[in-house]
Amino acid sequence: MNHSDEIHISSTAEEYKKLGGTASSRRSFLALLLSAGAASVGALLSVPLLRFLLHPLVKAKTQASWKEIGSVEDLASVTSPVKKLVKVEQRDGWRKIVSEKAVYVCRDANGHLCTLSSVCPHLGCSIAWHDDKNKFICPCHNGQFTAEGKLLGGPPPRGMDRLESKVEDGKLVVHYQTFKQLVPNKEVIA
Amino acid sequence: MATQPLEPGAFNPWIDRRSGISDRRKGEAESPLGAVLNEPIPGGASLAYVFGSGLLYLFLSQIVTGMFLALYYVPSADHAHTTVAYLTKEVTSGSFIRSIHAYGSSAIVIVLLLHISQTFLYGAYKGRRKLLWLAGCVLFALMLGMSFTGYLLPWDQKAYFATTVGTNILTYIPVIGGPLKSLLRGGAEMGTITLSRFFVLHVFLLPSLILGFIAAHVLLFRRAGPAGPFQGDPQALKRSTEPFYPKQVVFDLLFALVIIGCLGLLAHYLPVALGPKANPSDTHYVPRPEWYYIPVFQWLKYWESGFAVVGILVIPAFVALLFVALPFLDRRPERRPWKRPVSVSIYAFIFIGLGALGGISHRNDLRDPAIAPQLAKQQTDVDAFMKKPFEPELAGVSPFAAQSLSPIASQGKRVFEEEGCIECHGADLSGTPSAPSLLGVGQKHDAAKLRSILNQPTDAMADGGMQPVDVREEDLAALIAFLESLK
Ligand code: FES
Repeated sequence: MNHSDEIHISSTAEEYKKLGGTASSRRSFLALLLSAGAASVGALLSVPLLRFLLHPLVKAKTQASWKEIGSVEDLASVTSPVKKLVKVEQRDGWRKIVSEKAVYVCRDANGHLCTLSSVCPHLGCSIAWHDDKNKFICPCHNGQFTAEGKLLGGPPPRGMDRLESKVEDGKLVVHYQTFKQLVPNKEVIA
Repeated sequence: MATQPLEPGAFNPWIDRRSGISDRRKGEAESPLGAVLNEPIPGGASLAYVFGSGLLYLFLSQIVTGMFLALYYVPSADHAHTTVAYLTKEVTSGSFIRSIHAYGSSAIVIVLLLHISQTFLYGAYKGRRKLLWLAGCVLFALMLGMSFTGYLLPWDQKAYFATTVGTNILTYIPVIGGPLKSLLRGGAEMGTITLSRFFVLHVFLLPSLILGFIAAHVLLFRRAGPAGPFQGDPQALKRSTEPFYPKQVVFDLLFALVIIGCLGLLAHYLPVALGPKANPSDTHYVPRPEWYYIPVFQWLKYWESGFAVVGILVIPAFVALLFVALPFLDRRPERRPWKRPVSVSIYAFIFIGLGALGGISHRNDLRDPAIAPQLAKQQTDVDAFMKKPFEPELAGVSPFAAQSLSPIASQGKRVFEEEGCIECHGADLSGTPSAPSLLGVGQKHDAAKLRSILNQPTDAMADGGMQPVDVREEDLAALIAFLESLK
């Protein structure tokens, strides 16, 4: 900064002071008041703008929506795992994306219906059920699982992922989720 | 003189020292900030002078709300309506912000008319304020362009049909009218290209022009200085001169506060509605433009025969020219309105005429048995649409979920699932780490090529683990039909 400029400022400041200190201090008090008023109105106005901007972050995650697999009656005969397709709907802002995902309906040790994700916890291939061998085999790296999805052998770090399911109005419904691959414990992605 | 010089450092010492904004240079009467704040207003501050700064405030508000709306808006005929419905019905404060933006355009028209009327009555376009007036006229025209282009963007019934009529008016212009209309629409018909063009005009071109002309308008105003009252003894006016700050600043801020209050209340209690999506095949829709275009709309109705050119082109162009050329036609220094009876009565006549045309149009719409029920029905449609919850647009659908397959293709789909293809290529055909997506495979290969691949996969495929498909001929044919359908 130029040194002579500063001297110049202070000299004019003194000149102004001589002209009337009280009047100008009243003026700067008013300036303060007006700026404060304008700032608070501005802050008030920015509330809806901020809410608008942050909507996609603040909005509660889409609640678990239950997807129908089929009626319990039809599934009553299930002894070994069967593949079923569920329509999964994802919201992306103003769009919705519908896709079909494969799940296996199986019976757990207590004889209840259960649902397994067909996505391999190793690298994400689709696991196939082999009736003749009575086990799940992943076609990619030969990961093997029992009829309940427990890990038998191969590179996968954990067993097949159980999906939340329940019976509603005589229908088996599932909450479709995807899980992180290559980790020993099941972790939800979406 | 009541003017008190602004003290250096009064604005903000930190900023002052680093910008010199309230620093008075040698040879200059005042610092840049001081020149603005100490602008002498002959005859003192007045509520009559608040309209210009009110317009500036409104324009800023339109820029800010417009930018925020663009966070969700997509300018395409497929998505525009969905995105506006989304931000109106789902996004927090969306309806409020859109309403502020929409009502803001009406507010600009109102304040603009007040600003022009004040300038006109005070004779503040005379002398060295001629170019100032011209820059203002350009701003007026640009603003009308903004409201016309913005009206289409929501792509609802009202937007679509009002703009169809609006652009059709261009065809009345001899020779260049037709090509001009096609240029604006980006084709003979209204469509997604039209929407893109209107979007670019509304968001890029017109606002930049407006910013430029606002700069010119303000600069010219700073050069000429405030005109002050239209009458009074020059000596007395000089004695009662006040600086712009603080009184006029307070008046201007109060006016801005009134604008904010009115817009906020309207937007909250009477939010702007969105109608059903534009349906170009609807032949019954009766379009009505925004309220400030209604008088012109009514005027056009009287000129349907061979004289249309006169009514639609010659007379409006003449009036516009008269308006623009006002400072050059009325050159006397006289500013008192009652001493300028001719120009004041023409001005009043035009405004009363426009008001009357608006009234007639409104009355006709209420009375006409062919139109009133249709307008009422349109209103019910809008209300019904607003009540419906937001319906997201279906996107990126997997072919399984979307298409209804032909019988043979759906048999092929079963083969695809049973033969284990699904394991590697994915249940939704989008591929897995071990095999590529099959979406669009029907476009890449024809039936013969698909058959040869299935019988004997290429080396690259075989390396990836693809086995030759060994099924009955009937199933193979079905499988090929299914793959072919994956366009
Ligand atoms: S992806 Fe399933 S075993 Fe590797």
